[in-house]
Amino acid sequence: MRIELIRRPERSTTMAFLSPLLAIVLTVVVGFFIFAAIGVDPFRGLYVYFVEPLTTDWSIQELIVKAIPIILIAVGLALCYLSNNWNIGAEGQFTAGAIAGSALPILLPDVQNFATLPLMLLMGIAGGMLYAAIPALLKIRFGTNEILTSLMLVYVSLLFLDWIVRGPWRNPQGYGFPGSVDFSDAATIPILVEGSRLHLGLVLVIVAVLAAWFLLRRTITGFEISVLGQAPRAGAFAGFSRTRMILLTFMISGGLAGLAGISEVAGPVGKLDVVISPGYGFTAIIVAFLGRLNPIAILVAGFVLALTYIGGEAAQITLGLSSKTANVFQGMLLFFVLACDSFILYRIRFVSKPRAQPSGIANASG
Amino acid sequence: MPVAEAIILTIITASIPLLLAALGELVAERSGVLNLGVEGMMIMGAVSGFAVSYSTGSPLLGLVAAMAAGAAMAALFGFLTLVLVANQVATGLALTLLGLGLSGLIGVPFAGVSGPRVANVHIPVLSDLPFFGPILFSQDPVVYLAIALVFGVSWFLFRTRAGLVLRAVGDNHASAHALGYSVIRVRFLAVLFGGACAGLGGAYLSIVYTAQWLENMTAGRGWIALALVVFATWLPMRLAIGGLLFGAVGILQLHAQAFGIGIPSQFLLSLPYLTTIVVLVIISRNQALMRSNTPACLGRSFVPDR
Amino acid sequence: MDTTVAPSVNQMSGRPTGEPTLEAIGITKDFATLRANDDINLSIRPGEIHALLGENGAGKSTLVKILYGALQPTSGEIRWKGKLVVISNPAAARRLGIGMVFQHFSLFEALTVAENIALALTARPSMSELKAKIRTVSAEYGLPLNPDSVVADLSVGERQRVEIVRCLLQEPKLIIMDEPTSVLTPQEATDLFVTLKRLSSEGVSILYISHRLEEVRAICHHATILRHGKVVGECDPQRETAARLATLMVGAELRELATPPLIEETAWVRLAVRDLSLPKPTPFAVDLDKVSLTVRAGEIVGIAGIAGNGQDELFAALSGERLARDSKAIVFNGVASGLLDITARRKFGAAFVPEERLGHGAVPRLSLSGNILLTRHSTNDRIVRGGVVFSSEAREVSDRVSEEFDVRKGSPDPEATALSGGNLQKFVVGREIDRHPGVLVICQPTWGVDAGAATTIRQALVDLARSGSAVLMISQDLDEILEISDRVAVISKGQLSEPRDASKITREEIGLLMGGAGEAAHAH
Repeated sequence: MRIELIRRPERSTTMAFLSPLLAIVLTVVVGFFIFAAIGVDPFRGLYVYFVEPLTTDWSIQELIVKAIPIILIAVGLALCYLSNNWNIGAEGQFTAGAIAGSALPILLPDVQNFATLPLMLLMGIAGGMLYAAIPALLKIRFGTNEILTSLMLVYVSLLFLDWIVRGPWRNPQGYGFPGSVDFSDAATIPILVEGSRLHLGLVLVIVAVLAAWFLLRRTITGFEISVLGQAPRAGAFAGFSRTRMILLTFMISGGLAGLAGISEVAGPVGKLDVVISPGYGFTAIIVAFLGRLNPIAILVAGFVLALTYIGGEAAQITLGLSSKTANVFQGMLLFFVLACDSFILYRIRFVSKPRAQPSGIANASG
Repeated sequence: MPVAEAIILTIITASIPLLLAALGELVAERSGVLNLGVEGMMIMGAVSGFAVSYSTGSPLLGLVAAMAAGAAMAALFGFLTLVLVANQVATGLALTLLGLGLSGLIGVPFAGVSGPRVANVHIPVLSDLPFFGPILFSQDPVVYLAIALVFGVSWFLFRTRAGLVLRAVGDNHASAHALGYSVIRVRFLAVLFGGACAGLGGAYLSIVYTAQWLENMTAGRGWIALALVVFATWLPMRLAIGGLLFGAVGILQLHAQAFGIGIPSQFLLSLPYLTTIVVLVIISRNQALMRSNTPACLGRSFVPDR
Repeated sequence: MDTTVAPSVNQMSGRPTGEPTLEAIGITKDFATLRANDDINLSIRPGEIHALLGENGAGKSTLVKILYGALQPTSGEIRWKGKLVVISNPAAARRLGIGMVFQHFSLFEALTVAENIALALTARPSMSELKAKIRTVSAEYGLPLNPDSVVADLSVGERQRVEIVRCLLQEPKLIIMDEPTSVLTPQEATDLFVTLKRLSSEGVSILYISHRLEEVRAICHHATILRHGKVVGECDPQRETAARLATLMVGAELRELATPPLIEETAWVRLAVRDLSLPKPTPFAVDLDKVSLTVRAGEIVGIAGIAGNGQDELFAALSGERLARDSKAIVFNGVASGLLDITARRKFGAAFVPEERLGHGAVPRLSLSGNILLTRHSTNDRIVRGGVVFSSEAREVSDRVSEEFDVRKGSPDPEATALSGGNLQKFVVGREIDRHPGVLVICQPTWGVDAGAATTIRQALVDLARSGSAVLMISQDLDEILEISDRVAVISKGQLSEPRDASKITREEIGLLMGGAGEAAHAH
């Protein structure tokens, strides 16, 4: 049996909407079998993983806190990917932002006023931007493949973070443990609702999503992004600059990743630590695709992926599963999204064997 | 053994995983497929290979299992990108993310145990040669296999009909289709070969090099292998040179740490990644070279009209 | 070759006799919504040069792909030398003895001539044997080739030779040639005809696909004419007039172009190019070498030439996709524009239509109104205001263009890729003419477009010029150049010949210039 793709005359809007949902369903179905295979009651497994986290206030808050950095990064990545620039080093830009923003409370712990946090956020954004500018400029100047350079820089940034929190920026009162001093209140992201863990980052997320949506839908810059992404020659014909767009999209996505980074260390983490992210920069790639590179849909997709983290933690505690279960679910989800996306442009036909038998009536030739 | 020989020996062994993975990717890219999932296929090869080697006590079975695991991952990639024409970049990333997750899950029972070791094979007479003997003729079997593969792939690509077809498919898939070649079948096979090689490269780390399983033990080697293919401008022989270069950087970094020359270890550990960037920049600067060597259909999906 | 089927008649008089080599009976092919071939019957005799005539979109390509095994018919049958056969793929076609010379060459640029040929052979001779054979066959048929050359380095004419030699080495009984002369100079075409006649005299059948009626009349024994997927007639082309063949092809008398005479001969120079030289951007491109020309208000200047002689490079330099080195090298409407980007040039009244519709002139998966924005974002201050796009305004322009240029579309605002070639080309040309540009630079205005759309487009170009604009048309279609240009220049190896009055230059003269005969004169 063979599978044939038949191009649809127009893209299917129904499938564009259904594809991510179908992908989630397929992930859950396969998850069912994985649980069964590793000897966990599949119903209980799925319940613990996907439902329980939504039943308590605490875990819903936790879900939102986890979703904040993921969505911030994914929105930026979506702009990048739409313009056909493959920044996959958001984890590095996240780290660079966190380090840059932390410089202020660590190096100048006595500066504590209303400007401290805004300055930190700006420095975080700048850190992420500059770090993202490296692969962008190398691509512009030398034609170097940005996928590989941006990824290599992730490893470099993580090693740098490791060095700085064990070396120069280590908390002198930390009994030799790695990690910086705890940030003061002035250097910490404010909580939105007293007594909860919801912080200002949520507002930043909503602003970023709406801004990106407006940029893409209504502005000439958004138009440039999609034209250069889909048809670079047509983009040049329109007078749009490819190099400007490489720099712009890398800076935006790097800036947002940097913002996510500093928001994380100045928020939930509270200091610059050895590990500041469970791989948000990579998870955000999945979110960007699950949201079909649409900012509004990314908002929703971010919560779905945050759920896999929370569910993964719950499964680790309650069922004794490896912390890697979350990564497996995330990888599967991306696979299914990409597979289902084919149905937006194509119909699928199953062919039992090559059609070879000609049929018809033999007329006398004319 | 003199120090120089010992160092060269370690450089060769350090380069093998990179070389194997890059060789497989080179074949896939020559057919026009960009599979960014090398890291995922390698790590799956590493964990499956170790699991089988440890459980059965046979490193050979382990290596075979690793190739099968790499090929299975590649089949997944091939199905998505070739049959369903999914975006190759995104699917490659998905393969890496899935591989890293799945390997962690599979590897839990094998953390911290030691597997059977692989003995070196001393080729009679030749291994007694001064200098070259120990370097070239008393290595582990996978080293010999890797060297044979470099020559084999080079011969296959440039001296056989099947290799010609594979290059033709990577150069112009529409024409290859018009001549009646099955673009998708050729690419699928190339991708499978790439997966098997990546799996073998990963297993070299877990079975031969260290004889243990560590989470994320490939540490970006899959990505460096991708860079290596660009560095080699899609020529197998140059790949061997590039592999040794990166092997040397890795070993240099280890020795520098051991001698404690006062540079923080993190900086030394960054060296392979920074070298990759520098090498990519140097090779990409030569636009004419890149343009005339890059397979023209690299990364482009093919859908025949019916 | 097969002696029993040698044609029994003189080459140029009448159809050879004998049992058909190939018969297609009742071939029908349905695509999703379209019936591309409808009950087609075709019979080709040994030694016959059989013309398959039809406009773009008449179903010629589909039929040819079916005969070559690249497509399977929905119904109908094929008989090869009287026996029912199923041609399931191109390899099967080659095994039967059917060879194909493609219009858009199916060669592999990165491979050598010998490797390209090896890929098409069922037999697998060693490389050295093959090279020897290539040398023999190419010498025998007057098609000189070096088997070790890399195809990327070959000229268009040489590439066609590779295709033909590749075909001949399979010792075919039937060769299908798809628009073989569209890329050749008139002189090269004449050489090709000699080869074809020689093959025909050896008993090889040739299915000759063309829309060039004159050459069909000159070399073909028999013609089958397709329209809208159906056979609408068969005839001996040597006994028909070109006008009658055209009528059969198009189905109606073609509208005559109205070309009012030029009024002012000393009108304002709207486009001046002076000593424009640019080194090639890629190894396989062409250097522009001191290109100079002027286009005055009211006139159309045509640039003829064989593909790959600098047309793309010239277009990119004129449009500003590549900047010149000297601002005065290109002057639009009196403004030195050599260093201005494409957007600035548009603002000074220039408009451009590139050769490729999909991917260059239009974004395939973007709506028509979105594609309006592509070239109008900076010249229409109602569509984009303060960086914000007002899509209803773009939609208004898109509807106006569609209305005025009779763009047929299936939905109100479809994606560009959903339009047929002719309709999209009308849209892309209309989008620019709608601006009333002072200068229009257009490349291959009617490439792959049906006759109706071609007439509409050419008329629009004439009207635009006569209303006071300057039109520069780069085209490989000599008929088109001679039909509507006032002056003609020829581009060859990046050099442009002195423009000459179109009414005073002959086809042969143009042909010589295309082959590079103008270089000496140009060098002064």
